[in-house]
Amino acid sequence: MPDMNYLNDLIIQVRRDILRQVHKVNSGHPGGSLGCTEFFVALFQEIMDRKEGFDMDGIGEDIFFLSNGHISPVFYSVLSRSGYFPVEELNTFRLINSRLQGHPATHEGLPGIRVASGSLGQGISVALGAACTKKLNNDQHLIYTLCGDGELQEGQNWEAIMFAAGNKIDNIIVTVDYNGQQIDGSTESVLPLGNLFGKFEAFGWDVMEIKEGNNLQAILDGMKEAKSRTGKGKPVCVLMHTVMGHGVDFMMHTHAWHGKAPNDEQLAIGLAQNPETIGDY
Amino acid sequence: MKKYVDTGKKDTRSGFGAGLTELGKINPNVVALCADLTGSLKMDEFKSNHPERFFQVGVAEANMIGLAAGMTIGGKIPFTGTFANFSTGRVYDQIRQSVAYSHKNVKICASHAGITLGEDGATHQILEDIGLMKMLPGMTVINTCDFNQTKAATLAIAEHKGPVYLRFGRPKVPNFTPEDQSFKIGKAVHLQDGEDVTLIATGHLVWEALEAAEALSEKGISAEVINIHTIKPLDEKAILDSVRKTGCVVTAEEHNYYGGLGESVARTLSTHAPHPQEFVATMDTFGESGTPAQLMEKYGLNAEAIINATLKVIDRK
Repeated sequence: MPDMNYLNDLIIQVRRDILRQVHKVNSGHPGGSLGCTEFFVALFQEIMDRKEGFDMDGIGEDIFFLSNGHISPVFYSVLSRSGYFPVEELNTFRLINSRLQGHPATHEGLPGIRVASGSLGQGISVALGAACTKKLNNDQHLIYTLCGDGELQEGQNWEAIMFAAGNKIDNIIVTVDYNGQQIDGSTESVLPLGNLFGKFEAFGWDVMEIKEGNNLQAILDGMKEAKSRTGKGKPVCVLMHTVMGHGVDFMMHTHAWHGKAPNDEQLAIGLAQNPETIGDY
Repeated sequence: MKKYVDTGKKDTRSGFGAGLTELGKINPNVVALCADLTGSLKMDEFKSNHPERFFQVGVAEANMIGLAAGMTIGGKIPFTGTFANFSTGRVYDQIRQSVAYSHKNVKICASHAGITLGEDGATHQILEDIGLMKMLPGMTVINTCDFNQTKAATLAIAEHKGPVYLRFGRPKVPNFTPEDQSFKIGKAVHLQDGEDVTLIATGHLVWEALEAAEALSEKGISAEVINIHTIKPLDEKAILDSVRKTGCVVTAEEHNYYGGLGESVARTLSTHAPHPQEFVATMDTFGESGTPAQLMEKYGLNAEAIINATLKVIDRK
């Protein structure tokens, strides 16, 4: 049984990490990061079967790819707090000579990162490639991917989505951060995604939803359900409804904090709403 | 002077196909991906020998590059196959982020490069691909000249760790390099000695350079001929040693003047040993429909063009 008290503490701590990282360099993407905090904590602490340490090939373990690389603050925080690198390194986010690039990169050798992402729409393809290799290697472990909903406007995704079903790649779970927001406004106002559930289904995927994507228990239950649907001849898609900026009241329900850092006063308010738990870096 | 013999015309793409077939037998980690051009890329034999290691991705090149990047995670060595146009310009950002910046061991194998693709016309005749690929940090760029060299290069790049762009073509051209050659990435091939001019050629222009050298010798001009198959990393020493001896150079390639081999040679010379250079290349233009021979003539990419450039460059010494 998961230690829910610890996981909830970790979620709050990760929110603090996100706010402090972007505040320090006055840049970065807090909104989507906050919205996916519960997902990342659940995935790395409970859902994925991970080996100790890090090697690029990831043979004999589950592998995760972040397609919407701009939510690097939550990725870096959870990676460091899951043992991939020292949490103190979060201090170097977006600074020169850092391994914590604005968008995730393998170039600097940061453990936990297997491909660069940031230019959108490429993560599902890469994840499917890794899934094909797992099958060739007779490795029963799974591939997990997170992509943004606005990101699905990139055409490459649909090439990949078509390929996955056509080739019965059933060792992958693609989660969509379904927050309905993107840089210029709501997805509905920028370029409507339409019936996303129906679209994935029409492409031949097994689709399910997590209605409360900022509820830890809902994510744990939902991702376990998603896992149980793998290995049945279809790729699995999870539409995870989240609230951008979750956990910091003035950042919620708006696209305004997609790519904007809080000032000193806003940071203080955000941190007060998320009091220190495990310990700041 | 060593005389090179055409052992029979063959297409370079078939050299790639033969190399891939052999790799399938000797290297279980090699996988192949193709975007609906299996026959054109001569990948059929690999496909039928190893269906589990062959991935038909459909007309979806961006996904193919991403898949290939992902397949390296877990130890596979992916070879992607499509036309040069769709291997580079169409998927530049996918190559840049998922392959080059991410240091993935992907081999991007591109057929129908250049103007000799012929009748399909300019939409398919990419003349900018060498430039696009050589600008990517860490990318190895190879353009082979005949069947045997293409087969040898295909085998060699599987042993090289890191991203590679391998460029070859459609037409049947003389096959004149040794069948048993050892292909060394980044190492120039010295084809013949000469005193008056250095001809540096890549791809389909290498045979033309040999023909030009023979015609020039009848005019009393002694041409040294160097085949640069690896445009990046460039064998600068071989180029400088030769040009310091002959005093001038003609570069020849089936590619735009901007961004091609000639530009890399010019950079090398201007940095270390400035000498007169003339360029045999397309001059900032798109191609058009026609037979390969007609197009090579119209766009100044044959032995005659190399001879004219040589006479010009020698005058500038």
